[in-house]
Amino acid sequence: MKSHAEALPTQEMLINMGPQHPSTHGVLRVILRTDGEVVVNAKPDVGYLHRALEKIGERVTYAQYMPFTDRLDYLASMNCNAAWAWTVEKLAGIEVPERAEYIRVIVCELNRISSHLIAFGSFTADMGAFTPFLYAIRERERINDLFEDICGNRLTYNYVRIGGVSADLPDRFLEKTKEFLDYFEPKVPEYNKLISYNKIFVHRLANVAVATPEDAVGYGLTGPNLRGSGVPFDLRKNEPYSVYPKFDFDVCVGTGERGTLGDCFDRYMVRINEMKESVKILRQAIAQIPEGPVMAKVPRMFKPPVGEVYFRAENPRGETGIYLISDGTVNPYRLKIRAPSFVTMNIFEKITKGLMIADVVAVIGSFDIILPEIDR
Amino acid sequence: MLESLAISIVNAVPVLSGVPLWTITLLIMVVVAAIVLTFAMVYSGLATYVERKVAGDIQARVGPNRVGPVGLLQFLADGIKLLLKEDIIPAKADRFLFVLAPYLVFVGSFAAFVVVPFGVGLIASDLNIGIYYVMAITSLVVVGVMLAGWSSNNKWALLGGMRAAAQIVSYEIPVGMALLPAVLIAGSLSLQDIVRSQGGLFGIFGWNLFHNPFTFFSFFLYYVAALAETNRTPFDIPEAESELVSGYHVEYSGIRFAFFFLAEYGDMFIVSALAAACFLGGWHVPFLDAEALPAAWGNLFSLGVFLTKTLGLVLVMMWIRWTLPRLRVDQLMRMAWKYLVPLTFFNLLGVSLWLLLFHGKGIPQMMASFIG
Amino acid sequence: MEPKEIFEKIQARFGEAAVELQEEGFRPAFLVVSPEKVREIGRFLRDDPAMKFDSLMCLSGVDYPDRFAVAYHLHSLAIGHQIGVKAYLPKESPSLPSVDDVWPAANFQEREAFDLFGIVFEGSWDLRRILLPEDWEGHPLRKDYKYPESYHGIKI
Repeated sequence: MKSHAEALPTQEMLINMGPQHPSTHGVLRVILRTDGEVVVNAKPDVGYLHRALEKIGERVTYAQYMPFTDRLDYLASMNCNAAWAWTVEKLAGIEVPERAEYIRVIVCELNRISSHLIAFGSFTADMGAFTPFLYAIRERERINDLFEDICGNRLTYNYVRIGGVSADLPDRFLEKTKEFLDYFEPKVPEYNKLISYNKIFVHRLANVAVATPEDAVGYGLTGPNLRGSGVPFDLRKNEPYSVYPKFDFDVCVGTGERGTLGDCFDRYMVRINEMKESVKILRQAIAQIPEGPVMAKVPRMFKPPVGEVYFRAENPRGETGIYLISDGTVNPYRLKIRAPSFVTMNIFEKITKGLMIADVVAVIGSFDIILPEIDR
Repeated sequence: MLESLAISIVNAVPVLSGVPLWTITLLIMVVVAAIVLTFAMVYSGLATYVERKVAGDIQARVGPNRVGPVGLLQFLADGIKLLLKEDIIPAKADRFLFVLAPYLVFVGSFAAFVVVPFGVGLIASDLNIGIYYVMAITSLVVVGVMLAGWSSNNKWALLGGMRAAAQIVSYEIPVGMALLPAVLIAGSLSLQDIVRSQGGLFGIFGWNLFHNPFTFFSFFLYYVAALAETNRTPFDIPEAESELVSGYHVEYSGIRFAFFFLAEYGDMFIVSALAAACFLGGWHVPFLDAEALPAAWGNLFSLGVFLTKTLGLVLVMMWIRWTLPRLRVDQLMRMAWKYLVPLTFFNLLGVSLWLLLFHGKGIPQMMASFIG
Repeated sequence: MEPKEIFEKIQARFGEAAVELQEEGFRPAFLVVSPEKVREIGRFLRDDPAMKFDSLMCLSGVDYPDRFAVAYHLHSLAIGHQIGVKAYLPKESPSLPSVDDVWPAANFQEREAFDLFGIVFEGSWDLRRILLPEDWEGHPLRKDYKYPESYHGIKI
């Protein structure tokens, strides 16, 4: 039988999973060469959303660059803002008041929850279960309402400033956040019951696109993708910055519970568990936040000293690094953004060999990439 | 039967005696077909509305509520919109096949409505090969889907068409095998006979579902296989919106797209109707003998009961769609060939042995004969 | 390990290739190396058991006023220290060996440096433009880049 099948002449199909596709999380083009349903080669083609953010950084001042970092990863806008602020503060040695750091951590963790909710929702929608996406959006609406209270925006916040945050928390914000946390905490077990351990869902994801720990480290995976492969590395614990040392939380690592260690299911479960950990951090932050000013004294035309600095923060999608070279003027000299999704795409071609077309969609969703970050 | 009806009409209206009998028969057939088709189209339209409302309920939102009272006329608005759309045929598409495909799918789905036993005397055409006819005519859908995938000149459509063909053809076997127990118990392929064989015993205990354990199992196997036949989630890979960008109907717009859609809902009704007729007692009214009632009442009650059962099963299909994720194509094929086909074969064997051993009596009948 | 110790180890092993150590105002410190030896030095940094820099955090091209540079930021998951490696390149036809067989994470970032600066990475398994279209002319992140008037007839 086998030789008969091999003797049949077949042709490879070249399909374009084009820039417009419901499941590619943005304008990503994947050039698929398939033998029937099995992928022979999947080459990602990025660059459809390139906006020259790094070149723009060389023209504007440090404070003016803050709104551009919003558009870097618009689902984790606060985290990108804060990464830029921390980088410049590291370069110039600015001392940020403690209340501002607590506020930054609170908004960063809230944004982490909302980003993971979208990752969870769109991933399950790609898998064919349309309902969890709407549940995730419903939860995220409440987070958006909280953010609207703080800074007036629901998506690109531009709230963090170099030296602190732009305004203090409004009245009753901490109570409202606590109400949200009480509302949200039972939701994650509900999602697990509804979809995470559903037999069909597990079968779709288990043993698909396994990233071994060595591969994960070598190919530059970070954040939940790295932890999904079993490497217990979390920047908030291993290289803590800001006020993270004061909080007590666990690092969520993939355990290979329903398949091989490092498959799509592990990465998905890491994100689900991280939402629970963020709730823990938020509760502690709300309890511990001190009074005080929220902005340090930073001159209007801010000129940092000459030097080069590299700072990295734990964003929901991985490790966002900013390499900043300053020549003493009001504009940065060179600004390189190490976006986690960009480096994650390195492993894409290798990990999709031999998968089926439906699994390519699962891989894109499980790595939780977002195109503005890749293309900058 | 139609001939006798035609003769009675001619007797009632003497002016028609000049017309040859076959025209009157033909006219009656056309009228009956028109009624069934109208019912099917209205049902399909309303089913889209109900699906969106059910989806809204499950997803914590409202669903359509603007057009008409509680959004009831949404399907009319959608239908009119689709009718008025520009007719786009891709440049290098095979024109003839591209235009033909939706009609094949439509015919394959709606032609099966003529043998659905709506009530005691309400069946458009009581063919004595009822179930066989349904299985054959719904296979036209495969041809239509493959033509749609091929003629669209689009690799995604081709993939979707191939997957759909593989899926529908593979699941025809479990569907057929799972329906055979009902045929064996009734001893006839005609759907009215199958329904009549489930009479007596206060209605619910006469159902084929409770006849013996094998038919009980058979109902669930049939329902799962039928879900796959109609390309519903979790088996909707041919039209997997998020993978294949709508699969085989990606290039269709306007009324042609509407045909695919309506055919899907029509298929859902057909499979649910078959399940209700073969396993859930069809139009038998509980606690009453529908055939003994005066014609109007009997028809009315039985129609109501039948529609309740069928539409209930359709609602369950919608519920499943919005709850479960999608199977991958190889998992789907494995499920058909490695699980459903052997299971339905053994099931059939079991039913045959049961009928042989117990002389065609089911569990409720044997218990009734013990008691009474 | 302290940057000074790492620099001394590199000097002991590769001699002339270790050019200087930039520490003041540079966080993390940079080991300036000569471009030809970048791949061997990278492999040494990754495999040496005392240093074990198995993770390439970031690879960037830089356009200094008088020369180009490629800056590598390395991190060790096992030991936890960070170091930077820099290689200066001349302004005309800058090129140096690729490190994508040492750290596979380098591939996309090298392509980006090639795309935006014009730095050629020899021996890379796949060096094409990544963010800009394949037929774009020029390397935008260079300081002397002139914006084109139109692209394929479209005015930009």
